[in-house]
Amino acid sequence: MSEHSSSPLKTYVTIWLTLLAGTALTVYASTVDLGHFNAAVALTIASCKALLVALFFMHIRGASEKLVKLVVIATVFFLLILLALSMADYATRAWS
Amino acid sequence: MASENPQPERVNYLNKEYGVGSWLLTTDHKRIALLYLISITFFFFIGGFFALLIRLELLTPAGDLVQADTYNKLFTMHGMVMIFFFLIPSIPAVLGNFLVPMMIGAKDLAFPRINLLSWYLYIIGGVMMLHCMLTGGVDTGWTFYTPFSTAYTNTKIVEAGLAIFVAGFSSILTGLNFVVTIHRMRAPGMTWSRLPLFIWAHYATSIIQILGTPVVAITIVLVAVERTLHLGIFDPKLGGDPLLFQHLFWFYSHPAVYIMILPSMGIVSEIIACFSRKRIFGYSFVALSSIAIAVFGFLVWAHHMFVAGISVYAALIFSLLSYAVAVPSAVKVFNWTATLYKGSIHYDAPMLYAFGFLGLFTMGGLTGLFLAALGINVHVTDTYFVVAHFHYIMVGGAVMGYLGGMHFWWPKISGKLYPEGWARLAALIVFIGFNLTFFPQFILGYVGMPRRYYQYPPEFQVLNVLSTAGATILGVGYLLPMIYFLWSMRYGKPAPDNPWNAAGLEWKTASPPPTFNFDEEPVVTWEAYNYEELDAPHKEEVPVAG
Amino acid sequence: MPGSQATHSQTVAVHGEAHNPALLHHFAEPQQQRDAASLGMWIFLATEVMFFGGLFCAYLIYRLKYFAEFSAASKTLALSLGATNTAVLICSSLTVVLAVYAAQHARRSMLLGNLILTIILGFVFLGIKAVEYNEKFEKHHVPGPSFQFSEVNVPGHPGQYANPSHAQIFFALYFVMTGLHALHMIIGIGIFVWLLVMAWKGRFTPEYNTPVEMGGLYWHFVDIVWIYLFPLLYLIDRHP
Repeated sequence: MSEHSSSPLKTYVTIWLTLLAGTALTVYASTVDLGHFNAAVALTIASCKALLVALFFMHIRGASEKLVKLVVIATVFFLLILLALSMADYATRAWS
Repeated sequence: MASENPQPERVNYLNKEYGVGSWLLTTDHKRIALLYLISITFFFFIGGFFALLIRLELLTPAGDLVQADTYNKLFTMHGMVMIFFFLIPSIPAVLGNFLVPMMIGAKDLAFPRINLLSWYLYIIGGVMMLHCMLTGGVDTGWTFYTPFSTAYTNTKIVEAGLAIFVAGFSSILTGLNFVVTIHRMRAPGMTWSRLPLFIWAHYATSIIQILGTPVVAITIVLVAVERTLHLGIFDPKLGGDPLLFQHLFWFYSHPAVYIMILPSMGIVSEIIACFSRKRIFGYSFVALSSIAIAVFGFLVWAHHMFVAGISVYAALIFSLLSYAVAVPSAVKVFNWTATLYKGSIHYDAPMLYAFGFLGLFTMGGLTGLFLAALGINVHVTDTYFVVAHFHYIMVGGAVMGYLGGMHFWWPKISGKLYPEGWARLAALIVFIGFNLTFFPQFILGYVGMPRRYYQYPPEFQVLNVLSTAGATILGVGYLLPMIYFLWSMRYGKPAPDNPWNAAGLEWKTASPPPTFNFDEEPVVTWEAYNYEELDAPHKEEVPVAG
Repeated sequence: MPGSQATHSQTVAVHGEAHNPALLHHFAEPQQQRDAASLGMWIFLATEVMFFGGLFCAYLIYRLKYFAEFSAASKTLALSLGATNTAVLICSSLTVVLAVYAAQHARRSMLLGNLILTIILGFVFLGIKAVEYNEKFEKHHVPGPSFQFSEVNVPGHPGQYANPSHAQIFFALYFVMTGLHALHMIIGIGIFVWLLVMAWKGRFTPEYNTPVEMGGLYWHFVDIVWIYLFPLLYLIDRHP
């Protein structure tokens, strides 16, 4: 449970509005031609939104124990391994 | 050496309640372990039956026992049943379920009802697989590569896939249960550095089950969808990449082999410590090497794809990583060996299995390094060399460990002693049978006999005949423990609480244990493997709770 | 990982908690039970991340391989509906976290109201999804024997048509990913209906509200999956 007794409700509403703003931002960004950066921008915004949900709505930020953070980080790490090492094959096939 | 404790008929987890309902609706982790024991033994027989037919066919160079298509189904079903319905569940679901709560001083796992659900999922998956086999089976090999499995074969891929999907959830839930239990349910004083290495091994195994199994689950979903709707995700004719399937499949299936071996390594640590009367040499190294194997095991999957068409640069990376993953395993072997040095060795049956493990796992592991070398890999891929390699690890390693563990903890589980003479004989028969079965296969593979072929050039026959002879001996070796374990339940001598004078909380309670494991919650004030204290005569009693 | 062991050693002397009806027999005290449930749910979510992760891997590889077709196909998705659905889920995440807060602070009407709102928003999401799926069905964009994607221009390359087979891969991934997500939404709605029933019966108190928290964690995870699905599927190329 969170130790912030100073209106968690305010925090929740703030995060909610931020998430909605992030959605609008990502839609707008997709209409601008940034070439290859479109994908990076979209994923960055999505990751920020996901982080906000995880930290504040799922209460990782208030968690006293490191264990939950470790579970999340480990999971993301192995997902990235799946993506990155698969890409190591696909990205380098043309080199041969 | 055995501690003497006269045993009046006490209430224990076996006799507390009778009736089918009390077993099928139990949430007691010990009863669930026995439910699993019966089920996985059943599937072991099924998988073994397919192996018997394979070896019979291979007695002669011609394909004369079964047709080619049938042979494809035989090795496929042998693999699927043995891997998904025997090896992966076996030790965690039987010995892990039984022992994890006891070893940490808990009353049960964290989620007993989910534990029961795990068993039912396993049974449902098993029944689905049986039905699939009885109505035609699958012929793609247990690896069900695309596009053969998605676009060309006429066999029951979707059904087999769904059976594995369901069994996979059983595996995931078991892993989840163990991790939460080990984190949250340890008795007072049971710190991480006092945990038995069996627990560390199961913790590492559970990490793999949790993170890896979902990926094969989604792969099965994609195969089922592609097969049903004729999509092109894996079909080259429609722009798909068959190698994508292999990447996703092996991302799980390589770590899966560590699910199969890590628990066995945990058992070996317990047995070697007990029968050398010594603390495991380098406890922290062995504990951390289990975690390292789990982590590194996720980084090497494409070594199953070296000749499949991946880029050479990716192959180089995966080859290097595959060498790295051998290191923590080697660390264990060195530490076990160092434990034996100047130990007081006893040659009881569990220890014979542990010795077998040490030699055979080492051979299997070293031949894995051969396979990690790209040049050699090209030569022996898809030959019997690979088949021999993984059977040395799975059978010479995992199954030996499993049998050793079953013998070691049988008195605790059943409250009876098995006949030691027969057990030592059986261990010897298993060892001889195993080597006779699989060592010729290394040679066969190296001189060029492909795997998954039902006919071969006549010059390979001698080695094949030796292999089949060995398999028969091995089968006898497996039957013996089943017979005398059953015999012991009726006629065996009652077991004392701690027949081996072993370290570990599970030995500080009755054999068989009461339903809630301990009469009083234990408080741990000693280090793991305190054999010096246990063997010290006329010294003050070690503080014991429960 | 020192926390749990310290907690537990303090519990040896405490037996008064045993009368709490929600305390299961194999736990020593409620906090241990809560911690176990929480860790269990997080680990379950980890498995879900890897489950969806396989699909993201397939998506990544094919997007790079067939970027032209992915752009063209993505443009045929209804952006306004996708964006609305994103907003709907974000709002539902707010109602979920408010429901958890209400349960922790014994605010019954706030709890019931937010649970109901969450369920409604869940249905709204599914309804919009159904509309989208129907549109895809009518346009023959559903993969399978009736799939058609002929003579669709690749965005930014006038005169170049998208390869229908490659576009079919996009739609295959679209339907599997959003379909799997929708299945999780349905399960989530089911969970929240159950929570609503329990809350109605007054089962949740400041001391015991773990199911609401755990249901909340699940719902937020489903929201996070959509947060990634939306830009990856709908926003590949929206240049005017």
